[in-house]
Amino acid sequence: MRLRDGYAVTNGTLAAGGFSAAELDQIRADFPILGRTVRGGKPLVYLDSGATSHKPRQVLDAERDFYERLNSAVHRGAHQLSEEGTDAYEAARHTVARFIGAGADEIIFTRNATEAINLVAYAFSNATSGGGGSGGAGGSSAGGRFALGPGDEVLITEMEHHANLVPWQELCRRTGATLKWIPLAPDGTLDLSSLDSRLTPATKVLAFTHVSNVLGVVNPVAELTARARAVGALVVLDACQSVPHLPIDVAELGVDFLAFSGHKMFGPLGVGVLWGRPELLDEMPVFLTGGSMIELVTMGESTYAPAPQKFEAGVPVAAQAVGLAAACDYLSALGMDRVHSHETALADRLRIGLARRPWVRVLGPTDPAEQGAVVAFVVDGVHPHDVGQVLDDAGVAVRVGHHCAWPLHRALGVTASTRASFAAYSTPGEVDALLAALDRVPVIFGLEAS
Amino acid sequence: MDLYQQIILDHSKRPVGAGLREPFDAEVHHVNPTCGDEVTLRVTVTGEGNGEAAELTDISYLAQGCSISVASTSVMAEELTGAGITQAREEYHAMKAMLTSRGQIQGDDDVIGDGVAFAGVSQYPARVKCALLGWTALADALARRGIDIAAETSTDKDHS
Ligand SMILES: Cc1ncc(COP(=O)(O)O)c(C=O)c1O
Repeated sequence: MRLRDGYAVTNGTLAAGGFSAAELDQIRADFPILGRTVRGGKPLVYLDSGATSHKPRQVLDAERDFYERLNSAVHRGAHQLSEEGTDAYEAARHTVARFIGAGADEIIFTRNATEAINLVAYAFSNATSGGGGSGGAGGSSAGGRFALGPGDEVLITEMEHHANLVPWQELCRRTGATLKWIPLAPDGTLDLSSLDSRLTPATKVLAFTHVSNVLGVVNPVAELTARARAVGALVVLDACQSVPHLPIDVAELGVDFLAFSGHKMFGPLGVGVLWGRPELLDEMPVFLTGGSMIELVTMGESTYAPAPQKFEAGVPVAAQAVGLAAACDYLSALGMDRVHSHETALADRLRIGLARRPWVRVLGPTDPAEQGAVVAFVVDGVHPHDVGQVLDDAGVAVRVGHHCAWPLHRALGVTASTRASFAAYSTPGEVDALLAALDRVPVIFGLEAS
Repeated sequence: MDLYQQIILDHSKRPVGAGLREPFDAEVHHVNPTCGDEVTLRVTVTGEGNGEAAELTDISYLAQGCSISVASTSVMAEELTGAGITQAREEYHAMKAMLTSRGQIQGDDDVIGDGVAFAGVSQYPARVKCALLGWTALADALARRGIDIAAETSTDKDHS
């Protein structure tokens, strides 16, 4: 399925399974921002889609259409706008659910993945303190699987984005549970050799990323999930870097919760998704409280609506959800298999180009089978910020720094890195533009040609 | 690229007075969380007060980060080691005004010496923090020694 030679061999033309040059032109024409110039008239070479992707006209139109025709506080009011707005919002839930092989009631719209992960972490907190409906209404047993305390453990990995790390640190601090982590092996994959001592019956949650946002490493979800099941731990998957780039089916993955952001997959800013197993969502205490998530309210206490409503307090992000559904439709029309093939071929082309430059060191595993469409590298002797500045001067936008994964960088013995990441609209020409701009780095910073 | 003046590249490769020395009056550790630049900086002040009578007898530091942050810390150490607090205050404010001016202020080399090489940084908002890191660390270290150079004074207005 993976295209190991793709673009790298055919030099700028087509890779089997990926997009033809004509298709790429067509795709790019859908993204207005790709036509702009930067830094004094240079064409934009955007290789930072892992941070946030651009948005096609179809998504912008869907969001605009909501505001122009349907704008209303959905799930509130009985007037026609509210009815139609609510229908559009709930239809969006169905579309997003279908995109990941889930049922609509299992989809909770949040502000972003960060909020989705915090929603789960705070559910544990609330279960522990007896809040959030964990005592009965809206939930079954008191606390149940979500209550944590001293002696319990939360297991994460050293590879995590801060969004899947800090909320668990805080949860442990609040509940007295202990935070443990799976270390990074020197090649940037997870070191599973001592998993048995880390994943034990004391482990209540295992939270890890599907695809590393720095190294592109694809983690063994099936194996980790099976091991977590065996000790009774719940599994939370950070799918921020997989849902936008790979075909995803939650049933196949077998995890309990899955979080992703809309803005990294051609969707609008301001909408993210938490998917959860329905029986767990029923049991799980609420996080944010207020309007729209209640069943009955008296001055003394309240009961809560069934999931997903009980997790969506306040007027929901309806226009953004509708935009996200349009993004799912757009990606489905392209075909996630083809998106994946296309991006993988681009990453290969970049890795091959970087390997020809001995002053560049690519981070992560050397076995390409373990790498996704994200490439991080360092130029020894030149700080990534300076590398990024030289690239930016040529119109090439990449990410520099620790990419919200400081512990990962520390484990690899570097302070920061330069990262290129791709989307369906990325081209082989853009990879070449990055490589050409990169060749100015040793000249400007006077590196010895080695 | 205008940003990478030779002075900046030289200072970043060979930072002036780098290394941590004893004794010192105050030490601070500052980071630039967006990119992980770090500086540990120590100051020694002799003399009394907040002005002319007090002198920065030593500034020692360990800077790790991009060329802009290392070079700027180096220029700061070169400019201010042995200088009076009044001068430190003046240069701190002149650097800050230049760096945050979005290209409007070129800087005066009679005041900030090699600091003028960083004028181009002000065109890149994401890098201003890098260039200010060492200077902010200095102000903080002095504050711990009871000396305030960061407070806005009427003389700032001349630069802004
Ligand atoms: C792997 C991973 N997890 C979590 C996040 C957080 O996403 P957001 O900032 O949209 O909440 C990101 C992106 O920033 C990411 O790449």
